[in-house]
Amino acid sequence: MLDSLLDGLGILGTSPEMLALFVGFGLVVGVLFGFFGMGGSFLVTPALLMLDYPAPVAVGSGMAFVFGTAVIATLKHHDLGQVDYKLGAIMITGTTIGIEAGRASVYYLESLGLAGGIISVAYVVLLGGVGAMVTRDALKSNGGGGIDHEAADKELDEYEIPEIAKTIQQTVRIPPMVTLRGDVRVSAWVITAVAFATGLLSGFLGVGGGFIRMPAMIYAIGVPVPVAVGTDLFEIVFSGGLGSYLYGQGGGVNLGIVAPLLFGSALGARIGSAATAVVDADGIKIYFGGMLLIGAIAVGIGEIGSYVGSPTLELLGLVLVIGAAVVVAFAILYTTISSLRQKRHQRTTVTD
Amino acid sequence: MAGLEIPTWDPETALLIGTILLEAIVLYVGYGGLERLFGPYLMKLLVGGEANAR
Repeated sequence: MLDSLLDGLGILGTSPEMLALFVGFGLVVGVLFGFFGMGGSFLVTPALLMLDYPAPVAVGSGMAFVFGTAVIATLKHHDLGQVDYKLGAIMITGTTIGIEAGRASVYYLESLGLAGGIISVAYVVLLGGVGAMVTRDALKSNGGGGIDHEAADKELDEYEIPEIAKTIQQTVRIPPMVTLRGDVRVSAWVITAVAFATGLLSGFLGVGGGFIRMPAMIYAIGVPVPVAVGTDLFEIVFSGGLGSYLYGQGGGVNLGIVAPLLFGSALGARIGSAATAVVDADGIKIYFGGMLLIGAIAVGIGEIGSYVGSPTLELLGLVLVIGAAVVVAFAILYTTISSLRQKRHQRTTVTD
Repeated sequence: MAGLEIPTWDPETALLIGTILLEAIVLYVGYGGLERLFGPYLMKLLVGGEANAR
């Protein structure tokens, strides 16, 4: 009975080596997600594509993984009072339509035999673009990309609304207008447009869309950073759940991939989140940007390898994408333990 | 050609997504409990003395 259930859900179809690989990769992705608040999930789908999973399975399982991760993170942010449920509820409609449009595009491209290639190219552009932006900001040392850990500790009414958000709030006044947490008043249509665009991206790439939705909520809607983070996660629970369900109906969700990834990432996210209390994110942000850039190059190499039929290039791409994530995760762990030891040494010296 | 579709009820897919949801909740509660139980010991082991983990 149990065997048939597990077999039906895909657990027994995954070899022990692959299960171990997924748990380990999930751990690494979790550390990155817990520390930077974003970015981990969009390494999963390209890695699955490079492991030769069909595009709908890579995207669907990536999305189911995002769903599970979002459930865990939302429970935590709910405890911290950082979820705007009204904003989340309004966004759900736009995101849902966007996801379904993105998912339909994947299946259409798959029927033409183009899905894997186009999704990989989209990842190269996205990872490269976001990676370049984060690296540039890290080099300028003015923050940007991921969660600003210090900013997340401020009171909600202390946040200044970005100029661009103020302009949008003053010019787009199509009713109904809604008031959000942090005294933000904005048209429901602006929220829906942001939700649709990020939903489309989610459905097409199997990502949570947080790396686009969070800045969009901050700069287009004007909500405070912690509320943007918490509400984004709450929204991903629904959008990711629905997207996973739709992909699952087409056989696109493989529990043999998702369960071990989630098992590792839930632990990694706790470690990454605890590390934020010890390590300054700005010091490591440049590695994060570098990791995304290497990820973009890796996906490009893997895709060229697949195009010219070179398994060596495909393997090189896979090693690069996983290797870059592992190096950054270890950099976080190493810096955290070193900082803790240094602080303890200083305390001991002062006491003596 | 694939087009936009309204989700229809599928018990097998619902079980699949429900399993992932259940796993996420169990992991949140389980790892939280483990962190409370073994966190201080692990920190002592890693740092080599008393340390305050968040």
